[in-house]
Amino acid sequence: MKRLVILGGGTAGTMVANKLRAALGTHELHITVVDRDDAHNYQPGYLFMPFGIYNTSDIVRSRHRFIDDGIELVLTEIGTVDPASRTVHLADGRLLAYDVLVIATGVSPRPDATPGMNGKLWGSSIHEFYSLPGAQALTEAMRRFRGGRLVVHITEMPIKCPVAPMEFTFLADDWLRKHRIRERTEVTYVTPLDGAFTKPVASRELATALVDREIALETDFAVEHIDNDTSELVSFDGRRIGFDLLVTVPLNMGADYIARSGLGDELNLVPCDQHTMRSLAHPEIHVLGDAGTLQTSKAGSVAHFAVDVFVHNFLDEFNGRPATHGFDGHANCFIESGNGKGMLLDFNYTTEPFTGDFPLPVVGPFKLLKETRLNHIGKLAFRWIYWNLLLPGRPIPLIPTAMSLAGKRMEKDVTAAGTGMPTAVALSSPPPPPRPATRPAPEPRPETTPLATTDQVLPTPIIPKF
Amino acid sequence: MPTTMIAGRPIDVNDEGFLSSYDQWDEKLGGELAKLIGIDMTEAHWAPIRFLRADYPARGETATLRRASTVGGFAIKDLFELFPGKPAKKMAYIAGLPKPKGCV
Repeated sequence: MKRLVILGGGTAGTMVANKLRAALGTHELHITVVDRDDAHNYQPGYLFMPFGIYNTSDIVRSRHRFIDDGIELVLTEIGTVDPASRTVHLADGRLLAYDVLVIATGVSPRPDATPGMNGKLWGSSIHEFYSLPGAQALTEAMRRFRGGRLVVHITEMPIKCPVAPMEFTFLADDWLRKHRIRERTEVTYVTPLDGAFTKPVASRELATALVDREIALETDFAVEHIDNDTSELVSFDGRRIGFDLLVTVPLNMGADYIARSGLGDELNLVPCDQHTMRSLAHPEIHVLGDAGTLQTSKAGSVAHFAVDVFVHNFLDEFNGRPATHGFDGHANCFIESGNGKGMLLDFNYTTEPFTGDFPLPVVGPFKLLKETRLNHIGKLAFRWIYWNLLLPGRPIPLIPTAMSLAGKRMEKDVTAAGTGMPTAVALSSPPPPPRPATRPAPEPRPETTPLATTDQVLPTPIIPKF
Repeated sequence: MPTTMIAGRPIDVNDEGFLSSYDQWDEKLGGELAKLIGIDMTEAHWAPIRFLRADYPARGETATLRRASTVGGFAIKDLFELFPGKPAKKMAYIAGLPKPKGCV
């Protein structure tokens, strides 16, 4: 009998365990799931807690309840993984031997990685919402907030759910208006990226949404430290942004046992194949969910689609057939935009998020990258889908594992080169740039040469826009 | 993919101007690329560029500032002084590597 050990009983780990348990009998495959505790948190719910939309009881369930019979659940910390002997050393001294190992322990916020983040202001005027205690503390801070400078900040990419800080900003704007303190509050969004989002069409639509809400955007901000005496974010290039309430997304890192086992990169992420999620260093190890280096969003939808691919391939190999499925990087994310509305993103490795209808052309019913009430309802409905369909491994209607181009309005100027995808409408005029939050010293910018589209040899070099 | 003349020879680049062939690069070309974006290369500049070049082949992606700092041992503050504004992007351009992947 083969032994499968799954490290992490979160979104990805629970789905893999249940799907494989349903496919193979207990006499064929022994499945063990390891996690440190019995609390399964619905992580997308953290975002809603500070605004009183969800409370702790909406978000936390027992892991046991979602892990099917016939799966062994071991609750303890992980010591190390020894790939040479295919053994997991648990913190309590037990050893687990495996034939196949799935690493699905995700990433967690590390406020201690940025000087001054974890200092005397931590928990009073500096908060985060990427953990349950963080979201609970921020809920109290929002209740006490009476106006001033609210700064929403991303420390460094990659982070899980890369649109969550933007959603927090939109929800905060809405919440402040409802509490009649928006006019007394300056809201600033601070990002290490060069725009509201890196993908051009989504960045344009989200930048417009920031302008509409009079939210300042500060880009290319690489935080060096947080000054606890002056309550300022300080960047490596000397910019300072003052705050009365800072909601930051600390550096996200994989679990420490990955570093102890020599399996990770500088962020404790396990380097893995982009299509099979197989560890590049150890073929019997696979990485699912946020723990690996897939170049797509760290999000539950990605975990879901990647798990589907992994399960197909696992069963093929289990039955002596070559594994033929490949993951396309598909992500599907609802974005809360406040005031009872939401947007929707759908993209993969080669196709960026576009506007359009989802999942069907014209009829939708969801609108991509547009604020609609139905998108918001879709987001709230997802909590039910998560507990009742996703974790048990049941199919989710209408959402395919591979991304579809149906209904998407592809924009020629921004289509990733080499995808061979059709293009449709022209790029509409860009929105006015959001006002900067600080005034950095002006820097001379080299003129950009127009984009080349043919194979001719250009006499002068193309100089990137910096 | 366009081809462009840099330092008197044809070089394959992407639409933004970043080199698309790892093997077309040498330090002479790197120096020319640096000039195009207003940087005069010194030994202090070359050290992180050489780290990026050496780090790339095994991983298939350009090192981030954090990796240059934790693995390469370069202080991020210094990189901001050597390559002002957007050091990760400027270093990748000079090193003839793809723009580092940011948000996905």
